[in-house]
Amino acid sequence: MQKPIYFDFFATTPVDPRVAEKMMDCLTMEGNFGNAASRSHLYGWKAEEAIENARRQVADLINADPREIVWTSGATESDNLALKGVAHFYQKRGKHIITSKIEHKAVLDSCRQLEREGFDVTYLDPGSNGLTTPEAVANALREDTILVSIMHANNEIGIVNDIAGIGEVTRNAGVLFHVDAAQSAGKVPIDLALMKVDLMSFSAHKFYGPKGMGALYVRRKPRVRLEAQIHGGGHERGMRSGTLATHQIVGMGAAAEIAGEEMAGEAVRLKALRERFWEGISDIEEVHINGDREARLPGAMNVSIAFVEGESLIMSLKGLAVSSGSACTSASLEPSYVLRALGLSDELAHSSLRFSFGRFTTEQDVDTAVEQLRHAVEKLRELSPLWDMYKDGVDLDQVQWAAH
Amino acid sequence: MAYSDKVLDHYENPRNVGKMDANDTNVGTGMVGAPACGDVMRLQIKVNDEGVIEDAKFKTYGCGSAIASSSLLTEWVKGKNLDEAEMIKNSDIAEELALPPVKIHCSVLAEDAIKAAVEDLRSKRAGV
Ligand SMILES: Cc1ncc(COP(=O)(O)O)c(C=O)c1O
Repeated sequence: MQKPIYFDFFATTPVDPRVAEKMMDCLTMEGNFGNAASRSHLYGWKAEEAIENARRQVADLINADPREIVWTSGATESDNLALKGVAHFYQKRGKHIITSKIEHKAVLDSCRQLEREGFDVTYLDPGSNGLTTPEAVANALREDTILVSIMHANNEIGIVNDIAGIGEVTRNAGVLFHVDAAQSAGKVPIDLALMKVDLMSFSAHKFYGPKGMGALYVRRKPRVRLEAQIHGGGHERGMRSGTLATHQIVGMGAAAEIAGEEMAGEAVRLKALRERFWEGISDIEEVHINGDREARLPGAMNVSIAFVEGESLIMSLKGLAVSSGSACTSASLEPSYVLRALGLSDELAHSSLRFSFGRFTTEQDVDTAVEQLRHAVEKLRELSPLWDMYKDGVDLDQVQWAAH
Repeated sequence: MAYSDKVLDHYENPRNVGKMDANDTNVGTGMVGAPACGDVMRLQIKVNDEGVIEDAKFKTYGCGSAIASSSLLTEWVKGKNLDEAEMIKNSDIAEELALPPVKIHCSVLAEDAIKAAVEDLRSKRAGV
């Protein structure tokens, strides 16, 4: 069976072959397999050297000091460590945290846990373009606010927030600022010497590194303190214990270096592919782009297609691996909380698709996607009573639906 | 999700897609579901003077199982009289299409649709 064309690079990316090769050098007896904590022999020193090289590679991608990088198992762990670690350490100062309604679940569910522990969390509504502005954050600040957590780029719609602007607000107010940069790192420039961000989460598998690998940036000046969430041998300056996974870390470092080198050219290429895709479908009636048109990741395209239902749309796009705006795993469809927070109706949220383009997407792939999507929409609208009604000029919002 | 071959067949080649004149006194229309729930079915039946369903058409906004349920229904009702058509059970549709538990509601909707279409026709006839 021929595999569908992959358009889900925001869900995960394949490991770049150049990265895989470096990782494989760190596994076997002949390779660099040692425990970096072994201080008494060459195997340990070699592993440590490779890990410190990777730390520098990741730090370089975001213009930070290598000593500010803490290895984790992924952005989920980084988000947990940042939110819970800061909240627990600074709780005597205050118990208020600000975040947004369209954060990744790793942030939202960490906030829920902190609420159960007695913290107070404000969940900001983004604008209808998906953006959370510095003003919105400024207006939500309180005397007892200790932390603001706002994502750089959103994983569903690909919008990119003005984190430099938000950082000015938080630094002025003496409040810590955490940014989930899992989707933006390696895709758009991040300069932590300029941006007043205190903590930042990264995930290697979003930029052609391995899954199960991430990092948390923890600023040294002004110094940010954390309470560890995983205790043990005191690795990573006590912030995250556990024997360091040399091959994973080397993979993340190599992936970061390649992403940094190729970012500028790749951004131009992906943006062109995205626009080619949009040109191919924008003349279909009642198709809408979700999220801000300008402030978005180069490879991001989330569209709602009115009067066709999302699951059947996915079903007819057999040759394409794309992500849908609703989780149809249960009897009642669960529309995406991100799209709902933008103010989309359940109906439009149900009929949304996320195409994310990446390093291995070609023009030919995009043309195939356009062709298949056009065909599917035509077929499903032919079948859709809603499309009929829309064409007859019926206002669907005024219809009394027989709910079931 | 894996679909049964029968669902796929009806989805790929839906039977009796279309629309009839809802004002025709020989046509009964049943529209059930809601866009916000993710499915809307419109089923129409046309009866002859003997009260036998001689034609059926549908259009469905919904998942593959909802489309297949309504497509199958149009095949089943043809040649039946109204009383027989009303007796079609959602469980028969679900069984024929091998719907998984999370998709049973699609067959329930199809049963609702034929009941609504029959009722529409009866009330029209009572009015004449
Ligand atoms: C914005 C964002 N944050 C966090 C995560 C979680 O990252 P990981 O899979 O490395 O735990 C993801 C990806 O799933 C993401 O897109």
